Amino acid sequence: LKYLGQIAIITGAYFIGEAIQTLLKIPVPGAVIGLILLFLALYTGLIKVEMVEDVCDFLLSHMSFFFIPAGVALMTNFEMLSGNWIPFFAIIIITTILVWLVTFYVVKLLKGENSHE
Amino acid sequence: MSELVKSPVFGLLISLIAFQAGAYVKKKLKLSVFNPLLIAIILVILFLTLTNISYEDYNYGGRMISFFLYPATVSLALPLYRKFHLFRKNVLPICAGILCGAVSSIACTIFLARLFGLSEKLTLSLIPKSITTPIGMAVSEQMGGVPPVTVVAIIITGILGSITGPFLYRVLKINDKVAMGIAMGSSSHAIGTAKAVEIGETEGAMSGLTMAIAGIATVFLAPAMWKLYLIIFQ
Repeated sequence: LKYLGQIAIITGAYFIGEAIQTLLKIPVPGAVIGLILLFLALYTGLIKVEMVEDVCDFLLSHMSFFFIPAGVALMTNFEMLSGNWIPFFAIIIITTILVWLVTFYVVKLLKGENSHE
Repeated sequence: MSELVKSPVFGLLISLIAFQAGAYVKKKLKLSVFNPLLIAIILVILFLTLTNISYEDYNYGGRMISFFLYPATVSLALPLYRKFHLFRKNVLPICAGILCGAVSSIACTIFLARLFGLSEKLTLSLIPKSITTPIGMAVSEQMGGVPPVTVVAIIITGILGSITGPFLYRVLKINDKVAMGIAMGSSSHAIGTAKAVEIGETEGAMSGLTMAIAGIATVFLAPAMWKLYLIIFQ
């Protein structure tokens, strides 16, 4: 019964997220609104960690598995990438290195300034 | 035979087998390139292509698996809550790092996609590639991209980031665990975080926290920056 209660809270947060998205027509995915709502509920103490942690940890530790069908769908969109593989990889490599460097130095710079105070 | 293939059990079963195979390869070879999810996706696509089974048939079972993505996304709230005390200790560097990381990721992708002359659909599919898969896929769908392309781009970004990140860190010879963790989370989401966890506890925790916040930030930044790009260039 413990698990069913946890599932109810998690799916409840998701459902409210979807409802908010539909009603307010905001371009934020319902599941992300659900994430924010559950975080706020945990933060304010409305929901205790024990009330969701088993199911959350289960879902999180199996997250990669859940993406298989989404990735397999690439077989129906393959023509989008054929002929574009070089730009595809070039964009990924350049952006990933740039983002890493930008983030690293921004954090380092700001932390450095703080530690002098 | 075609009746059997249309049964939801079929898609579920071959996904489970493919993932086990992927996990086995990863365990044996221990290299970041062998990501279990990527291997599983390739195996299922190969199997379906060779046996001439359509994606629609596979997806009777696939849908059951995909359904779990939504509650799994909501579950990201828990690690965010657990690591939030780290955020409060470093509010300014974390916020600035994530913001600059997300903005540079989106801007660089749009710029390079334009340079290569990629279609709008493909560009939109690539924009959320630095963030965690559940949020990235949702952003892609919302903006008019093609989610499967985004999923594959996100996985490849994660794999590459988990190789280049630690390499840059060694080459630069700057010892800063917090900056390292935030850079891993902002450039290569969950796969980078898994690598950061191997490197150290602080790096892993900072990376995990960053991954969640960067994902949420991109939900708002990506459509805004895309609109700005359209206004300026068209």
